[in-house]
Amino acid sequence: MTGKTKLSITAITGSLLAVAFILYLVGLQQPNKIVLVISTVIAGYPILIKAIQALRMKAFSIELLVSIAIVGALYIGEYVESAIVSFLFLFGAYLEARTLEQTRSSLRKLIDMAPLEATVLRDGERRTLPVDDVLVGDLVVIQSGEKVAVDGKVVSGQAFINEAAITGESVPANKRTDDTVYSGTILDHGYIEIIAEKIGDDTTFAKIIELVEEAQESKTKTEKFLEKFANLYTPAIIVLSVIVYLFTWNIEFTLTFLVIACPGALVISAPVSIVAGIGNGAKNGVLIKGGEIMEKLAKVNTVVFDKTGTLTKGRPEVTNVKSFTMEENDLLRVVAEAEMVSEHHLGQTIVKEAKARSLSLRNKPDNAEIIKGNGIRVHIAGQQLTVGNRKLMMESGILISPEIDIYAIEREKLGNTAIFAAIEGRVEGIISIADQIRPEAAEAITKLRAAGIKQFYMLTGDNRYTAELVASKLGIDHVFAEMLPEDKVSKIQELQDAGKHVAMAGDGINDAPAIATADIGLAMGGSGSDVAMDTADVVLMADKLDQFAHAYSLAQTTVRNMKQNTFFAVGTVVLLLLGVILQKVFLASGMFIHELSVLIVILNAVRLVRYTSEQRHRNKSTASLPVREVV
Amino acid sequence: MTTVKFQLETLSCPSCVKKIESALHKQEGVKETNVLFNSSKVKVDFDGTKVTVEQLESTITKLGYPVLSKKVS
Repeated sequence: MTGKTKLSITAITGSLLAVAFILYLVGLQQPNKIVLVISTVIAGYPILIKAIQALRMKAFSIELLVSIAIVGALYIGEYVESAIVSFLFLFGAYLEARTLEQTRSSLRKLIDMAPLEATVLRDGERRTLPVDDVLVGDLVVIQSGEKVAVDGKVVSGQAFINEAAITGESVPANKRTDDTVYSGTILDHGYIEIIAEKIGDDTTFAKIIELVEEAQESKTKTEKFLEKFANLYTPAIIVLSVIVYLFTWNIEFTLTFLVIACPGALVISAPVSIVAGIGNGAKNGVLIKGGEIMEKLAKVNTVVFDKTGTLTKGRPEVTNVKSFTMEENDLLRVVAEAEMVSEHHLGQTIVKEAKARSLSLRNKPDNAEIIKGNGIRVHIAGQQLTVGNRKLMMESGILISPEIDIYAIEREKLGNTAIFAAIEGRVEGIISIADQIRPEAAEAITKLRAAGIKQFYMLTGDNRYTAELVASKLGIDHVFAEMLPEDKVSKIQELQDAGKHVAMAGDGINDAPAIATADIGLAMGGSGSDVAMDTADVVLMADKLDQFAHAYSLAQTTVRNMKQNTFFAVGTVVLLLLGVILQKVFLASGMFIHELSVLIVILNAVRLVRYTSEQRHRNKSTASLPVREVV
Repeated sequence: MTTVKFQLETLSCPSCVKKIESALHKQEGVKETNVLFNSSKVKVDFDGTKVTVEQLESTITKLGYPVLSKKVS
């Protein structure tokens, strides 16, 4: 039976009940009974059919209990009861389906954003194909107003793209050659051609949907408890009704038990809240991977941040090149040549700067030695070159003269990372690199504190000066600098041993161990990186810290909502049961209270769909602050 | 082993989850069934040599749940 027929049957039987009521008022006893019986049959028929269908498949169903109750009521001549029970059961099911749709609407809206077709250039010919027929490597053309159908790299053109489907952020992003675009996003204006890299179920968009779907099914402890309770509740009520019948021979009393045996509100109370909460997150670019994670996130009272890429933008720039003995650009060139071997982002920043200054990098280093977290040692153009932090200089036995050290500290206090470059054991210069604090970081931390986070920690591989500068600008309570990934892990364990509920926010890849250790691991997933999506419990898709503040308040609100629902559902069951036992509640009123309680529980959860953690205004005066950054 | 995902109309009463799961499980060749209540989907892992997608679909339909779409992978 489809939703539509269900609606028309309830409409018909609803009006029949109205007619019966009028007939009762004018005192027409016989016609009143006939109308009630007709109404019972019309509404009862589909219920009976479902009960029989399930029986044929040897499956037990609530419809069976309700059918017995309806037939029983007809048998004892309680036509009003039978008509109302059958009507309420159908009408309740219809309303439930409609309101449940509401709690699921966030995900539904996401799914509706899935692209259907794509324009592809094949053999110099433009063809519009269904998305499923697009292949990896195809050249896809996207114009204004069109949806991006695959994940891919821009090969030509330029466009502004609304990435709300992925990030929850509706300000269009500027995309040029070599930028990645994602399936499900919409080209606002411009024109681009892209090479398809991921298609169908492999796209970031498809993965988000699958993740959210799975997250919504994952069960919380409360849900598991309620399900166990419900599994006992239904059979217990049936047994009770049989006992009552054997002792009292009161059919109506017995049938009332059958009507209240469906554990509807009980089973549904917790999941509806979780589903609505996870859906709200997804809509705002926060992937919360399940109900249990929602519960844990709500309990968090201590937040640990990584610095680079999390509190700062993670896009460092060279701010100054200082040489004590040679030409500035010569120093930069030789260091850049050496850093060609380095995969470290600071090394790459130096290479980028050299290229931006159009220096030609000719010499290739040999005997390159990468000292993780400290720098590099290479042999280049017949010279020994050592590039890195203070620690590397000391370990290599290179002397840092007081003047140079004073200069370096000065640069560091300004928020730079000072990188020492030594040739043949002598410091020749210092390259300063600065990263910028994320503009929304300070506000996000203020909001998190207001929402109940007691303490903030910053664990960074960077040096003390830089770390303290960032921490003081952002109001972070405790700073631990010069930490290796394993130090971060043990620090988090230490906090946990002290009884704290710890959330760790990092940028996904180098922080993976710490993210895995914390009670809640958050990853910045702006790049749509698979690693971040796989390892973290919560992914902030738009790469923005204010999403963290939203996720945290959302989790607390969701858990509160779930608790309200659970108390309400259990309370209703107890009262209903008492009412029936004390013979205050009968068939029709029992069904009415039952259906009403289910609806109230769902409507309470629907509030979560529209939940916003207040107005998310961004303060423009909080300009980006330069911050230093270390190897 | 084949996996099929059926999209059903909105499931409203959680008791239908058990009903569908147990009915499918009784069919020969069905390895695992998973009713995704919130997205109203049924995911079935089955042995394609023992039972067909059409048979599974008819079981669900016979229980009273029309199948809106399906995706075999």
